[in-house]
Amino acid sequence: MSPLLFWFFALLTVIFGAAVVINRNPVASALSLVVSFLGLAALFMSLDAYFVGIIQVLVYAGAVMVLFLFLIMLLNLQVEERRRINWLAAAGGGGVALILLVQIVLTIGRFETARRTFPPLLGSTPDDVRNIGAALFRNYNLPFQIIGVLVLVATIGVVLLSKREPR
Amino acid sequence: MITLGHYLLVSGVLFSIGFAGVMVRRNLIIILMSLELMLNAANLSLVAFSRFRVDPNGLPNYNAQVFVFFIITVAAAEVAVGLAILVALFRARQTTDVKDISALKF
Repeated sequence: MSPLLFWFFALLTVIFGAAVVINRNPVASALSLVVSFLGLAALFMSLDAYFVGIIQVLVYAGAVMVLFLFLIMLLNLQVEERRRINWLAAAGGGGVALILLVQIVLTIGRFETARRTFPPLLGSTPDDVRNIGAALFRNYNLPFQIIGVLVLVATIGVVLLSKREPR
Repeated sequence: MITLGHYLLVSGVLFSIGFAGVMVRRNLIIILMSLELMLNAANLSLVAFSRFRVDPNGLPNYNAQVFVFFIITVAAAEVAVGLAILVALFRARQTTDVKDISALKF
């Protein structure tokens, strides 16, 4: 991955991530989140994690964002744009986040290993679907089944939550 | 050259943006989106570490990528449940603003 592409996708991810928070219109926020996730998928692929990148596009930019947009459409959210901003509270919240950012940057600056470049992989592109699948079914078989139960519970919970109570 | 630190920095900035969104915004949908940003920032640093630690057979360390897979699954389940709660809340109160939901406030 050339540094130019890295900077392009990193800036894309960060700028559109900030747009999610800054935009007052929920639809614009959701669409910015899609672009941010696509940039993140490109960053994953730059790290030779093709499977994770594709899952990112399919699950996040596809399924999760459709869920968000569908909900915004259903609830017809327009009220928020008329509200005033409480600048003091916004500055306080933003300040806490800024302190967190400074802490993260200082920690990375002190982390010696972070200054090394990525070691080269042996061979050409790795066969990640096969390798992740092998790790998932051999070493992480029990967590994988527990995740299945979690998804089942979530499905039942969503159906129960969105069912209208009988009057 | 692009080092591990660059990716960690992008991940940290993205996490802080998500954190700021949770702290500053009052619309519950935007708060959920910011949560997604934070989860994805963690995923980015996990994948960067996975690529950084190359095993003796010349492949990235796939344990972190399996972890990312689990995080994505949990996040998808979390969004589905969170949005269902939001719909139930909107039906009861006709609002998605956290300012208007203060029944449990001290």
